[in-house]
Amino acid sequence: MKLPISDPMTPEPYIVKQFIRETHDTFSLDLFPKNISDSIAFQPGQFTMLYAFGVGEVPISISGPAPMQSGLIQTIRKVGKVTEALDQLKNGDTVGLRGPFGSAWPISAMKKRDIVVMAGGIGLAPLRPALYALFDQRDNFGEIALLYGARSPKDLIFTNEFKTWQEKFGIQVKVTVDTADSDWRGNVGVVTTSIPRVDFDPKNTVAMICGPEIMMKYSVAELKQLGVKEDRIHITMERNMKCAIGFCGHCQFGPAFICKDGPIFQYNQVKHFFGIREI
Amino acid sequence: MIIDREGLDQLISVLIGMGFQVVGPTVRDEAIVYENLNSINDLPEGWADEQEGGTYRLKRRSDKALFGYVVGPHSWKKFLHPPERRLFRANLKGGDFEIIPEKLEEPKFAFLGVRSCELHAIAIQDKVFLGGEHVDSTYKIRRENAFFIAVQCGQSAATCFCTSMNTGPRTESGFDLALTEILDNEHHHFIVEVGSDQGNAVMEKILHRQATGEDVMEAKKLTEEVAAKMKRTLDTTNIKELLYENLEHPQWNDIADRCMSCANCTMVCPTCFCSTVEDVTDITGDHAERWQKWDSCFTMDFTHIHGGEVRASTKSRYRQWLTHKLASWQDQFDSSGCVGCGRCITWCPVAIDLTEEIPKIRDSENQITHPGNEARHEIP
Ligand SMILES: Cc1cc2nc3c(=O)[nH]c(=O)nc-3n(C[C@H](O)[C@H](O)[C@H](O)COP(=O)(O)OP(=O)(O)OC[C@H]3O[C@@H](n4cnc5c(N)ncnc54)[C@H](O)[C@@H]3O)c2cc1C
Ligand code: SF4
Ligand code: SF4
Ligand code: FES
Repeated sequence: MKLPISDPMTPEPYIVKQFIRETHDTFSLDLFPKNISDSIAFQPGQFTMLYAFGVGEVPISISGPAPMQSGLIQTIRKVGKVTEALDQLKNGDTVGLRGPFGSAWPISAMKKRDIVVMAGGIGLAPLRPALYALFDQRDNFGEIALLYGARSPKDLIFTNEFKTWQEKFGIQVKVTVDTADSDWRGNVGVVTTSIPRVDFDPKNTVAMICGPEIMMKYSVAELKQLGVKEDRIHITMERNMKCAIGFCGHCQFGPAFICKDGPIFQYNQVKHFFGIREI
Repeated sequence: MIIDREGLDQLISVLIGMGFQVVGPTVRDEAIVYENLNSINDLPEGWADEQEGGTYRLKRRSDKALFGYVVGPHSWKKFLHPPERRLFRANLKGGDFEIIPEKLEEPKFAFLGVRSCELHAIAIQDKVFLGGEHVDSTYKIRRENAFFIAVQCGQSAATCFCTSMNTGPRTESGFDLALTEILDNEHHHFIVEVGSDQGNAVMEKILHRQATGEDVMEAKKLTEEVAAKMKRTLDTTNIKELLYENLEHPQWNDIADRCMSCANCTMVCPTCFCSTVEDVTDITGDHAERWQKWDSCFTMDFTHIHGGEVRASTKSRYRQWLTHKLASWQDQFDSSGCVGCGRCITWCPVAIDLTEEIPKIRDSENQITHPGNEARHEIP
């Protein structure tokens, strides 16, 4: 019998070409494979498992390439032991990477529709490649609105790109923060408060939502109330992950393995389990 | 075909001669466990097991039966899906490091004494590790190399309910050889069914005689009697819908008051497959390893995400376990996750018994159906 040389549980080495500081606790890594000649193909919404030497491995969404950046971009918020280790990386260092894994935003099924993108905090990261995929064929879509919320102004990411997104690609961008500081000129409130402030036709709208469960819960409820169909609302689920290939059982959410059936789900597929405590 | 005790002994040595590591039941620490066998002397001769919720006891039989007991705390998954294995090593060189993939071991196991429910459990784990987009190569190689000698059950434990799960007591396929032990005042021999070419080839090397139609009938009758006498049952009608609709049923709280979240049920279950990973570094910090280990949905950090555990309460963990076994498993792998072996009943320190808990949910008057998402997602 022919044996596979590399196991799906063994990472490939990647080089940090550029470490990009995004905010006080969030950074991006521009990664290039060390051994494989071409960079890996991915679909917007997919994630990888990033391995920090000796510390551990965590699921992180692919947040680009975006224009002006070349490799595989991953944007990470420092919250615990592995993400803290990744935060210590310098240009030229090595990380382990497996993937890409998981489902993607169904961009091609969104043609001719208005698109509402709702992001909470770091949730904008997996939505950025989706936005760039929309921009690539901008004429195929109607209105595009990005509603983005973060805890405070200092937590906002990718803000330097918003102007281009608005002016060059004609999308509506509304940003809210939970708590403002004295310099903040924008809106204060949860992300759903931006919904009435953008134009879209609910009857012909597809939504992509990524953020904390509570934020997605209220976003779904408001969109549904306006008349957006359940099967056109896409949400992302997050659970502990140890394998990303359906073996370890950690990511189960009802009948779904979030690693392989998700992380992106059509809302109607998971609604029976969504929002149940401790499910 | 028929073999005597000597033939069975010969079978073990022939398999060892062919390079197999023969593993099967043996007595250790007052239980029947699966370990290496060198001859029939290692088998639990004259032992029976007595099982009930929370109880397991070995007792002496009046005869010299070699398979006069049922399933114990071990299952074959410990050979096919090892409790721990190293995934890779890594060596640090400045900010750079290299990853050293693990070499795949290729053990050849011959499993002697596999029960019908256990063959079904292996078929279920096949779907988990071999049926998807990714394949677990450790499992695959062990599975493909393995030789299966089933034993048709001559008795059941009080905890068995394989007839309800359609997994036994008689096995019809999935083995290389299947033995029915016949033991009376005059005889002690084994009626052998051959299930594969390799099984046939092995039998040719062993002293045997032809079985008569009567012998075969006798073997069948034995398992039919076992089936007829089995007392424990589980009504699986619409069990998926029943559990999906009762995620907030008060019985989960009742179970949670008793369950200790000890994880015994998942460790002994032949279909439970969950694992975790552990990272270790040596004292210099320059050499790291990553290990995969069996895990359980009852452990503390199983659902850890930044900010806390998703399933912090025992209630939610037991609900996850049972709902996975009997309901979501069907959606995931197109079969039940339970084969009715009864291990989780026997080895639960507080004797929680799924065959008693399910009827309580099914029969209760106050079924609290899930209110549905319309109500659930309304903003107050
Ligand atoms: C599909 C998916 C995509 C994600 N994408 C991003 C992203 O683009 N950017 C980002 O900053 N974060 C993302 N996360 C969350 C990120 O994985 C966690 O923040 C990270 O695992 C925390 O690890 P830690 O060791 O620093 O934290 P600790 O709290 O020390 O966690 C210890 C261990 O628990 C597990 N764990 C902890 N939190 C999570 C979590 N939220 N999800 C899954 N496992 C967890 C990990 O195995 C981790 O090593 C994503 C999570 C998932 C499931
Ligand atoms: S759930 Fe219990 S009875 Fe069913 S297969 Fe697992 S251990 Fe056996
Ligand atoms: S059901 Fe019993 S065996 Fe399983 S975790 Fe609870 S106490 Fe332990
Ligand atoms: S992360 Fe292991 S099964 Fe999904």
